[in-house]
Amino acid sequence: MKAGIVVFPGTNRERDMAIALRSVSGRAPKILWHQDTHLPDLDLIVLPGGFSYGDYLRCGAMAAHSPIMHEVRKFAERGGYILGVCNGFQILTETGMLPGALLKNASLRFLSQDCFLRVENAETPFTARWQKDDVFRAPLAHGDGNYVVDEKTLEMLEGEGRVAFRYSASDGVVSPQDRETNPNGSLNAIAGIVSSDGRVCGMMPHPEDLVDSLMGGEDGRPLFESLVEAVVQ
Amino acid sequence: MSSKQKVVDAALARQFGLSGEEYDQVLIIMGRVPNLTELGVFSVMWSEHCSYKSSRKWLRTLPTTAPWVIHGPGENAGVVDIGEGLAAIFKMESHNHPSFIEPYQGAATGVGGILRDVFTMGARPVANLNALRFGSPENPRTRQIVDGVVRGIGGYGNCVGVPTVGGEVNFHPAYDGNPLVNAMTVGVARKDRIFLSAAAGIGNPVVYVGSKTGRDGIHGATMSSAEFDENALAKRPTVQVGDPFVEKLLIEACLELMATDAIIAIQDMGAAGLTSSSVEMAGKGNVGIDLDLDSVPQREPDMTAYEMMLSESQERMLMVLRPDRTEQARAIFEKWELDFAVIGQLTDTGRIVVRHKGAIEADIPLAPLADEAPIYDRPVATLPAPEPIGPVHDPVGLEQALITLISCPDLASRAWIWNQYDSTVGGQTAQRPGGADAAIVRVEDTSIGLALTTDCTPRYCYANPRSGGAQAVAEAWRNITATGATPLAVTDNLNFANPEKPEIMAQFVAAIEGMGEACRVLDFPVVSGNVSLYNETRNPDGSTRAILPTPAIGGLGMLADVEKHVGMAIPRSGVLILIGETKGHLGQSLWLREILGRETGDAPDVDLRAERRNGDFVREQIISGKVAACHDVSDGGILVAVAEMIMAGGEGCELEPPQSGMRPEAYWFGEDQGRYLLAVNSDGQELLHEAGMRGIPSRLMGKIGGGGLTLPSGATISIPRLRAANAAFFPSLMGA
Repeated sequence: MKAGIVVFPGTNRERDMAIALRSVSGRAPKILWHQDTHLPDLDLIVLPGGFSYGDYLRCGAMAAHSPIMHEVRKFAERGGYILGVCNGFQILTETGMLPGALLKNASLRFLSQDCFLRVENAETPFTARWQKDDVFRAPLAHGDGNYVVDEKTLEMLEGEGRVAFRYSASDGVVSPQDRETNPNGSLNAIAGIVSSDGRVCGMMPHPEDLVDSLMGGEDGRPLFESLVEAVVQ
Repeated sequence: MSSKQKVVDAALARQFGLSGEEYDQVLIIMGRVPNLTELGVFSVMWSEHCSYKSSRKWLRTLPTTAPWVIHGPGENAGVVDIGEGLAAIFKMESHNHPSFIEPYQGAATGVGGILRDVFTMGARPVANLNALRFGSPENPRTRQIVDGVVRGIGGYGNCVGVPTVGGEVNFHPAYDGNPLVNAMTVGVARKDRIFLSAAAGIGNPVVYVGSKTGRDGIHGATMSSAEFDENALAKRPTVQVGDPFVEKLLIEACLELMATDAIIAIQDMGAAGLTSSSVEMAGKGNVGIDLDLDSVPQREPDMTAYEMMLSESQERMLMVLRPDRTEQARAIFEKWELDFAVIGQLTDTGRIVVRHKGAIEADIPLAPLADEAPIYDRPVATLPAPEPIGPVHDPVGLEQALITLISCPDLASRAWIWNQYDSTVGGQTAQRPGGADAAIVRVEDTSIGLALTTDCTPRYCYANPRSGGAQAVAEAWRNITATGATPLAVTDNLNFANPEKPEIMAQFVAAIEGMGEACRVLDFPVVSGNVSLYNETRNPDGSTRAILPTPAIGGLGMLADVEKHVGMAIPRSGVLILIGETKGHLGQSLWLREILGRETGDAPDVDLRAERRNGDFVREQIISGKVAACHDVSDGGILVAVAEMIMAGGEGCELEPPQSGMRPEAYWFGEDQGRYLLAVNSDGQELLHEAGMRGIPSRLMGKIGGGGLTLPSGATISIPRLRAANAAFFPSLMGA
């Protein structure tokens, strides 16, 4: 799998993502600079976590207007795979490539903790190595992860199976009102969604930080394995 | 304010924090009356914060060398060899005064400053830790300070993408008017790519990079060198404002430049900003320096030379570059959208000459500014004997005492705090906060693990500064050992009250003696550090309240094979074994404070020979794979340590009866030092036998299993009950 990771000023999880991609695919990803206007030959573009442009104005808002995003959009139109994690998810919503927005956490505090995610749709290129309703653990670390979207779009997302992951308890029970299991207060406990063609995925938690048993588990690996498989097919 | 308008005299010097004798010395060095800018330079360079004038005599007594130490105190941070051609670079520094005045920015810029000390030397920062002391939870301002400090540390550390992996927190009324915020950064660099601050090469360009200079933080170093009075909060303009986004860019730009051969010397602009960085770089290199302030990137118009030299605007660095690499360097900083300006050059004059708008605004000989800086041998009083412990009786029983202790402010779960710090960014955090006695961070692309901790028990230091100083070092050493790592070196952050008072100097001197002895016996040298004095508040009636003496220790250890480390979570089966001798010392214990409401008695004795022997044994057992989990016995004694292992692992333990001839509360809650609880997956007989053969006190504590902590009486405290008691304090204090 030929992957590229976009680095904006303030991006800070590009190294974690590179380690995860290299560990699963055996191939080191290319690092792309936010001012690049030409992309190398790639199967996957990752928008990693961090504080692009210091989160000033609004998380992801300025990155959405950087030169490379024009290329990323064209890459998506050509059917390339795009994964946005944390700040990357925020950027994808700011560009309109994914619907909705990520507001301040319900607690109004930055949250850094493990959460459990239930796989809602195991037929996407990002989730195929799981079964529907599988539960896995992932660290989350963000101040603005509270997913909201208008009612009509929500209905569409739910109806079309575009909710990829939901925050849940370790046994898979989803309780949107429960701050223990839906820590940032997301609507319908939504943690990750995909685009209508299933090729663009945004999620708040960090599967890339759990791909090594030394760091507490390998729960995040299936996501990257799914992508490798999708690219091969 | 212009340097021409204000009359410089002894009275103004006093306002700037210089004593009459110090001002006389300035007159002798200058051979004339200094102008305002020059007076400003002297006052910050000779402030306690920059000159260590009260502490230097005693700091020199600390051991600072070992075969693995590459750079000890004197550089921006300490450097130790961790093998495979790599070095760990680390330091801890205080930001106490600013954090009281403006908690969010005070704490945030504390993190920013210590990060710069570490990446200045060429290291990529890989971990942050902190040591925090707050006032009484009953004091309404405490809540506000906790909130601001925690948000500030998180706001900065999370944004720069350096994981905050550990720390410690205490509450005590002695910190009501003077909280302590000590921040530590650990970085990793190639051993052959370490950057120092001594300038060299006459004519070489002096380059300014980073943020623009504004009027913030002027005289911050002087403010940090005086006690607080009722007008403390009016000093807010002396507090700097941080921008972690710029810091992140600065880290990446500096590391990119450091991969080339452009840099001859580099120094961050910390306390006293442009003044201290230029004076120190030129002074260390025995050269002169000319600065042209017209070239300094400025945030606001019409800044004077005085303001620019004294500004503590954040996220700035000063470098001496190879002239033929200047343009290459400029391109890197422009790529990262940071200011880059050549603001001067090195000279052979041995003087710092500052020009602004065509006039010479300062012209000072560097050697006397450094060499003739005042150094004081302040009077030291005789330490008072610790207050007798008084009669001890147990009014509540073990079960109630345990619940009270694990829910008290000093032992309650810190999850509310660490859940606001990104502890996983970087993808190398093998033990996060609460998982082990020290945080474990793998060095990327190697099997090396770093074990990191911060420790100090201020109530011990108050009762007996010498034992307390030794205990702080010993506990850091023990916490590292309890993961299986080998302790390598420490950074110290010495927080004390007014050194002009002989009784405070007595605390300082005794604590350093205790620390030094522990460092020597444990082969755990001090490689960097920071002193913060004048941590006391003057009340409106003229009386003062000093903080508890708080020599915080930041410890660093390593594992050649990180996979061999252990955490503190009790495993599913096996037994718990206690290593170390239990004497039942209740003086200054948390049990005494929380159950009987007294802070009396002597601090526990620290038997450094036993500490070393017990710790070396424990580490050997862990590395040989015989131990499933390990936790040191400290605050709250054995029963609290067992409860902490149970809460972390979610498995119970049935405890054996105590040693005969000892009162139960003394046995279960005594705070004797040098002890560890080891969980092993077998019946433990082999390990007990091995300890016995080596003359190491050991004891079977209990069998793992059951639904909670089962006391010898048969009463069981369930795990949910333990966890609920432990979890309540922070959310209820903070209302979230």
